[in-house]
Amino acid sequence: MPVTVHRKGETVAVCLKGDIDHHTVPALREAIDDAVSATPGAKTLVLDFSDVTFMDSSGVGLVMGRCRLCRPRGIALRVVNLSPRDARIMAMSGVRSIAELGERSQT
Amino acid sequence: MHKLNEMKLSFDSRSVNEGFARVAVAAFAAQLDMTVDELGDIKTIVSEAVTNCIVHAYRDTIGTITVTCAVFAEGVVRVTVRDRGCGIADVKKAREPLYTGLGGDRSGLGFSVMESFSDRLTVRSRVGVGTTVTMEKIVRGKAR
Repeated sequence: MPVTVHRKGETVAVCLKGDIDHHTVPALREAIDDAVSATPGAKTLVLDFSDVTFMDSSGVGLVMGRCRLCRPRGIALRVVNLSPRDARIMAMSGVRSIAELGERSQT
Repeated sequence: MHKLNEMKLSFDSRSVNEGFARVAVAAFAAQLDMTVDELGDIKTIVSEAVTNCIVHAYRDTIGTITVTCAVFAEGVVRVTVRDRGCGIADVKKAREPLYTGLGGDRSGLGFSVMESFSDRLTVRSRVGVGTTVTMEKIVRGKAR
């Protein structure tokens, strides 16, 4: 599975790996949703894009869908370590209004 | 413009080929001097266009997608993505940001992203005949 899951307190963090496109999204979606379902009482879902090597607008759909999953459950969504290009694509969607987005720090 | 080189790829509209298409086009386009960011822009454009073919044009079937890529001495990469699928009834509406004819987790940003990452985008489509998307990217390269 192209993700690793970490849990700490009321936070579940899912680190995504590899390319995010229309082909890879179904497996990622299932893995994220399984991680949320397996964490009763979670208050925050963190999607970590540190190891994402490519993303097109399919990644926006993935994040928007997870917003729809989290909101009714009272779970806040944070998307962290986006590359500048991925952040630019995310910004086009307006998803920033419903999820907290953070870019990778420049090295 | 002075064309330096051109290639053509044809492949099935299977989602596994999205990665193949963008990597193949990027590998060909890289013969022009360009930055990693410019190469990334080209991969993004190709990925969006090919995904549109798979998701929309050949929604309930497998068809052939043809991608051509030409590089020009003036530092231009031209990519054409063509399908023989269902066509787009209203191209103007399809190009609106966040418009999607499909539900689920589709963002409706495909054309917006293509426009944002390219310097020129044209869409020609006829219902029942197919769609041709042509994109041009001006690359300034590492030296400029």
